[in-house]
Amino acid sequence: MIRTFIAAAAATTLIAGAGVAFAGNISGAGATFPAPVYAKWAESYKASSGAALNYQAIGSGGGKKQIIAGTVDFGATDKPMKPDELAAAGLQQFPTVVGGVVPVMNLPGLKAGQVKLTGRVLADIYLGLIKKWNDPVIASWNKGVALPNMPITVVHRSDGSGTSFLFTSYLSMGDEAWAKGPGGNDAVNWPVGLGGKGNDGVAAFVKQTPGAIGYVEYAYAKQNGMNYALMQNKAGKFVAPMAANFAAAAAGAKWGAAPGFYLLLLDQPGANAWPITGATFILMHSKQTNAQTGKDVLSFFDWAYKNGDSQAAALDYVSLPDPVKNLVRKSWKVIVGPDGKPVYK
Amino acid sequence: MSTALNARPRRTAPRGFAFEPIFRALCFSAAITLLVTLGGVIVALAIGGWPAIAKFGINFVIGATWDPSPDHEVYGAAGPIIGTLITSAAALMMALPVAGGVAFFLVELCPTFLRRPIGTAVELLAGIPSIVYGMWGLFVFAPFFAKYVEAPLMTAAPAGSIWEAVFSGIPNGSGILAASIILAIMILPFMAATLRELLNTVPAAVRESAYGLGATTAEVVMSVTLPYVRRGAIGAVMLGLGRALGETMAVTFIIGNSHGFPKGLFDSGSTIASTIANEFNEASGLQSAALIALGLVLFVITFTVLALARLMLRTQAKG
Repeated sequence: MIRTFIAAAAATTLIAGAGVAFAGNISGAGATFPAPVYAKWAESYKASSGAALNYQAIGSGGGKKQIIAGTVDFGATDKPMKPDELAAAGLQQFPTVVGGVVPVMNLPGLKAGQVKLTGRVLADIYLGLIKKWNDPVIASWNKGVALPNMPITVVHRSDGSGTSFLFTSYLSMGDEAWAKGPGGNDAVNWPVGLGGKGNDGVAAFVKQTPGAIGYVEYAYAKQNGMNYALMQNKAGKFVAPMAANFAAAAAGAKWGAAPGFYLLLLDQPGANAWPITGATFILMHSKQTNAQTGKDVLSFFDWAYKNGDSQAAALDYVSLPDPVKNLVRKSWKVIVGPDGKPVYK
Repeated sequence: MSTALNARPRRTAPRGFAFEPIFRALCFSAAITLLVTLGGVIVALAIGGWPAIAKFGINFVIGATWDPSPDHEVYGAAGPIIGTLITSAAALMMALPVAGGVAFFLVELCPTFLRRPIGTAVELLAGIPSIVYGMWGLFVFAPFFAKYVEAPLMTAAPAGSIWEAVFSGIPNGSGILAASIILAIMILPFMAATLRELLNTVPAAVRESAYGLGATTAEVVMSVTLPYVRRGAIGAVMLGLGRALGETMAVTFIIGNSHGFPKGLFDSGSTIASTIANEFNEASGLQSAALIALGLVLFVITFTVLALARLMLRTQAKG
């Protein structure tokens, strides 16, 4: 395990182009979900400013541990820390990009977007209460769709992940029994089904099992052309997983009213909002021991907000709406150096 | 010690005498380093896992609920422990006859010109990283296994018979049996290579005398060479079993990763190593303590297996 750990870390380090000593170099660690876009940004940022970013995709939990221990300049997490946790650890938190989680299926004869699901139905499938695709409950939402008489094989992530956190938190919102049972977390006690390691593990099991349902990150579902379900959102509309609909969820969210930007973008209002949407976050110490380092980190993210949108879109991430970016920039004022002055102006 | 040294015949200015104490110190410190590291690992695992062991007590090993959600936090590792034992034992049962066959063939039957290519192939197989076995298992082996083994067996099992229960599960190529087969393939080269080396240590005179008495190859293997290398052979088996017990990545990809008890051969399960690999990244607090305690359990299992092997050797030596 440790060997893979090191390999993964080393790979990320290579991608991020670290190891070159240069003024303004910054280091971060954490979530794997945004790692590709951070690496891409780091590459362009280095070309324009000369400063390198060393980002190690060790997982959200690891990111939190490392920033609290102070071994990195910033941590990254898919699972936002609650305001009281942030205060206790002396951390600031802000979102960078938005992504979505997509239920994917293997239903022979049915095309992507033909099957409609609600949060409640999805929860009942994952609870093992709905066992067949032609169950009357699924059929009632899918009039005119030839649902096969096939057992449903539930596939979930076996590794703790932000994707699972978003997915199970969403199931908790739609279903009392799920909230009281497995609950929302990056790893839960799954009532049924089998676990695949990573997005590719889940995707492989879904592809190999007729009648399977799983969930993967949007970028993964899109790049692999997987059969996805339409989900009912808060407005009652069935929407497809696509960048515009994740953006709709992010735009409808009330970021200004969320201290520490603690906001899950699940089941947001908005006619086109995709219900299983989530942002990924950066963690920084409110009191920087070295003002210059704090400034370097914030300069990087400021640059990314300004110039990184198209690169993020190319990798199937959704950028934050401009008003949210400005809110984040305002929030940086509380990050101060040893002299108590804001490090970023 | 000192008397033994004194009893040595005195030599005048022995060459390399000055180096002798250094050499001894080096060997001694190497051995001590190993012991200290081992002890350190045990202590670290015990300290790290203590919160979980203290909280759940015996339920940590006999409880079957593994619920990492922060509102519940119950850790009972019976599922992963059983999964580890079943997959390792099954892998050993499948790999041992094949490994033996490979070794006997190479030593007793193989034409000389084939000996080297086959031997090299076995060693190459041992050098493949486990992640490759995992990927191959998931993307190549699993679809094949589902189509040609699992599905036919499940349809062939008579309804209501014991076979229906044995072959229950999801026919998608993942699960306990698939993981055991991958494990068997992984430990096979280790055992085959060690067994071959062992068989090569049998003095030619012994073997040739047996042939000279008119024994067939099978008889020579069964009654001469195998008894000759018995002690070492158990060591080779333990080497394979040790690797099977601790194997992580390949198993994680294919076992299906559910924490309950597997109900059939094709049902998904988990092992200690796969559970640690899956959850350690994102674990904190009690969960990471529980995972470290799992590591300790695996340590104890491996130790027990080795101790049992020693015991077997001792009783055999006496008999």
